[in-house]
Amino acid sequence: MKVFSFKGGIHPPEFKEYTAHLEIEKAKDPKVVIIPLQQHIGAPAEAVVEVGDLVKVGQMIAKPGGFVSAAIHASVSGKISEIGMKPGTNGEILCAVIESDGKNEVDDSIQPRSDLSNLSKKEIVSEIEKAGIVGMGGASFPTHVKLSPPDDKKIDTVILNGAECEPFLTCDHRLMLEKPEEIIKGLELIMRGVGAEKGIIGIETNKPDALEVMFEKASNYKSIEVVGVETKYPQGAEKQLIQACLDRVVPSGGLPMDVGVVVNNVGTSYQVYESLSTGMPLIERVVTLSGSALAEPKNMSVKIGTSVNDLLEQCGGLKEEVRKVIMGGPMCGQAVSSTEIPIMKGSSGVLFFNEEDGDLPEASNCIRCASCIHVCPVYLQPLHISAYAEKNQFDIAERYRPMDCIECGSCSFVCPAKIQLLQGIKIAKNEVQKKKNK
Amino acid sequence: MSNRLIVSPSPHLRENTTTKTIMFDVAIALVPASIASIFFFKTPAAMILLISIISAVLAEYVVQKIRKQPITISDGSAFVTGQLLALNLPASVPLWIPVIGSVFAIVVVKQMFGGIGQNFMNPALAARIMLTISYTDRMTQWVEPGVDAVSTATPLTFASDFTSVQSGAPSFVDLAIGNIGGSMGETSAILLIIGGIYLIYRGVISVKIPGLFILTVAVATLLYSGFDIEYMLYHLLSGSLMIGAIYMATDYASSPVTPRGKIYFAVGCGLLTSVIRLFGAYAEGVGFAILLMNTTVPLIDRYTAPKVFGEVEKQNA
Repeated sequence: MKVFSFKGGIHPPEFKEYTAHLEIEKAKDPKVVIIPLQQHIGAPAEAVVEVGDLVKVGQMIAKPGGFVSAAIHASVSGKISEIGMKPGTNGEILCAVIESDGKNEVDDSIQPRSDLSNLSKKEIVSEIEKAGIVGMGGASFPTHVKLSPPDDKKIDTVILNGAECEPFLTCDHRLMLEKPEEIIKGLELIMRGVGAEKGIIGIETNKPDALEVMFEKASNYKSIEVVGVETKYPQGAEKQLIQACLDRVVPSGGLPMDVGVVVNNVGTSYQVYESLSTGMPLIERVVTLSGSALAEPKNMSVKIGTSVNDLLEQCGGLKEEVRKVIMGGPMCGQAVSSTEIPIMKGSSGVLFFNEEDGDLPEASNCIRCASCIHVCPVYLQPLHISAYAEKNQFDIAERYRPMDCIECGSCSFVCPAKIQLLQGIKIAKNEVQKKKNK
Repeated sequence: MSNRLIVSPSPHLRENTTTKTIMFDVAIALVPASIASIFFFKTPAAMILLISIISAVLAEYVVQKIRKQPITISDGSAFVTGQLLALNLPASVPLWIPVIGSVFAIVVVKQMFGGIGQNFMNPALAARIMLTISYTDRMTQWVEPGVDAVSTATPLTFASDFTSVQSGAPSFVDLAIGNIGGSMGETSAILLIIGGIYLIYRGVISVKIPGLFILTVAVATLLYSGFDIEYMLYHLLSGSLMIGAIYMATDYASSPVTPRGKIYFAVGCGLLTSVIRLFGAYAEGVGFAILLMNTTVPLIDRYTAPKVFGEVEKQNA
């Protein structure tokens, strides 16, 4: 099999051996769920329930706050005990708290659909919107928006991202092994939803078992192809994956739709099929729990709103003192200050790092080794952007095109002087954006 | 527990390579040539190496102490500068020469311009040139390998300014292993290349700069001599071409960071070296060539910035 790839990138240690072999385990039903009303990129959802209301599983508790937004649903049945600010991944966020009655009564509106073949293009997209589905790889962009390109953008190919290039994470890997049929059916639905003739599933070659299973299942579908992509970070970055699978280059500042492509995560595809066939919106997802401080790493199917503490308990607690907790993968994930935060639609993993892994090395002077230039998958010069940002010379930093940065963190990873290059670029981006908004 | 959690920006993984491991690798790569210099030139070579390294490290410590800056001698870069300078000296120099050279390299060339990563010239090389100009006699008293320190000419004297190798020149075997007159460390081409291969294997340098540098000199000398391969090999194996191309032109701080810039820089070094060797008053041109090219690095970097992903397509659209 020909292996596809992109230029630049890094080979971080994988750390997938902790959980790659572990079947997805259903997490215990939470007694309380804390559901943030914004779990996606775009406008926050608006609550349609009040404190004291009784809700059932799958019932919408917040409606989209605009076109680029997503509905939020109850993941348990019970009583809304509070709507207020709670700690989340990025600081405090408006949440609805539901005290479960333990019955998991399903809302009447949830009706399974036995025949998906007669759904129209429009219906597929609107059903996805109703189910509140967002990109489940971590970016959490509302899927129905992605599937509604302007009329002048013809989409010919849908790529499913099964690269899972982030170290530690194995939720997509397990999903591909355990639910391959559903993923492919979901891809078919997405293809119909955007009117694309071709579907490609890109999987990193470090998952030969997933490649084999998906390859076998996809052989029944003429228009769907499974390709192996090189095990290299950030292979799962949208533009890099498109380059690897199709040899198309998304223009600077553009979107995949500019080259006729829509990219979705395999988890999203699975969810599309699940939601459209069972009628149940996105209220549960697979999460990888791992890291050096965790006693029993696991892949778990978790209800949205379950607190990290609940899951920690089910993974045997901590075996070492934890120094850092990361929501998502170690390259792009967010370090959080508390474990009292809920799992959201985009939470692919929770990592618990011990002192050795959690402490960051001290930065020293740049030695101009050019490693950051060598690995940058969008060919930037991180050393210059970061240095000018540090001196508050944002006009000069802007010349080095920080806005093209995809924030993969490869530059910071390789830097021998341990400079927080990505952080410098993010600051520059922020300032450039501010200037533009003026 | 929760108030002890570290919140830092992503990424949360770092490669093990540090400035220190890189400098350590360079020092290791120079070990074979250093041992050979002691083997060929005996005790004086060992003393020069020792004094040069100690002066460089001490100079860095003192200057940072005076300027109340964090002491960075543990990153190993001053050690490497001292080692590299020693290998650039004839074994016959009095011991105050390496002291002056190291102090100049560290204080003037490196620290006055902002320390590691900021020097626009290679410190060891700049020191060598300074010493050559200031103490020309002492710096060009090449001695034959051995204890007796018999004066001799460097092999380049047999090839420079001529279009063929002159009679009386040392054999290729002696050239390759370093059994010839010349600076302590630059004489053994093979050991320098072995160190270079180690650096490439470790990912510290890429083959681009040394490869193109040496290739350019090869092509230039071939053309000049009317395709005399012996003459070309003589130029490659003698003088400071190997130590310069592998260890000095690749200095991070004073070479371009862009992939295309490295190409122009290396070819420029090779051309200037050839021009000085073949047409200039000096028999050796490597040092001057690299220093001259060092000064062009900001310009090269500026005009060779890589095209950003998707940039071309946008312009066409």
